Amino acid sequence: MGEFLLVTIQVDMHDQLALRLQDDLSTAIQKNASKGVLVDISTLEMVDSFIGRMVSDISGISKILGADTVLVGMQPAVAITLVELGLSLPGVATALNVERGMALLRQKIDADGADVGH
Amino acid sequence: MSVTNGEAPLRSEHDIVLARQLVRKLTQELGFSLVDQTKMVTAASELARNALIYGRGGTMIWEKTADSERRGLKLLFADEGPGIPDLNLAMTDGWTSGHGLGMGLTGAKRLVNDFNIDTKVGGGTRVTIVRWK
Repeated sequence: MGEFLLVTIQVDMHDQLALRLQDDLSTAIQKNASKGVLVDISTLEMVDSFIGRMVSDISGISKILGADTVLVGMQPAVAITLVELGLSLPGVATALNVERGMALLRQKIDADGADVGH
Repeated sequence: MSVTNGEAPLRSEHDIVLARQLVRKLTQELGFSLVDQTKMVTAASELARNALIYGRGGTMIWEKTADSERRGLKLLFADEGPGIPDLNLAMTDGWTSGHGLGMGLTGAKRLVNDFNIDTKVGGGTRVTIVRWK
């Protein structure tokens, strides 16, 4: 993965665990000087407002730490529910699967690099 | 015959996870589609968290229900917390008294077919939801 971090959420998380993930991930971004984070939620059967906020926050925090985040693998039933719940995850980049997420991250990082040059 | 009603405590964050898993199992037993299962589980998660955080803990009472033509799942979230002083405000999208997104009550309402809330300052809050198959 090199400059990217891959986070796979595989359990039905209680709230404190979600917050701890946020802390651990922020630390890992700094420690590894990561440029990108892929968060794979393909095994999550539900995203409620708490987990939605955690995902949003991870995206915001990593941005400040210099890393782009892409959320991948959301199940269709979860996406339908999330939108009806009222969460559209503004500012969170998403992709269908890990492969496309990686491609999107590379694009974003290349674009960021180009911006620095100006 | 399968059990048609019961209750589960909402005293810790782990109880919220258990409540979600229980609702998933019940909706599966009732033959809900995957989308409908997910909507009911998500609504339950929001209301269970409300009961824990704002209601200082409570109980989820569940019942498999039916009318003349359909079957459904009814859930009651009851707490003995401080109650909600301004229900209209609490039912506004984006409004929160805590640290959430303010989507708990209104979001849960959108995810189910029937939604009823009964709250009294100092007398706790009872939210009943039904989702039909």
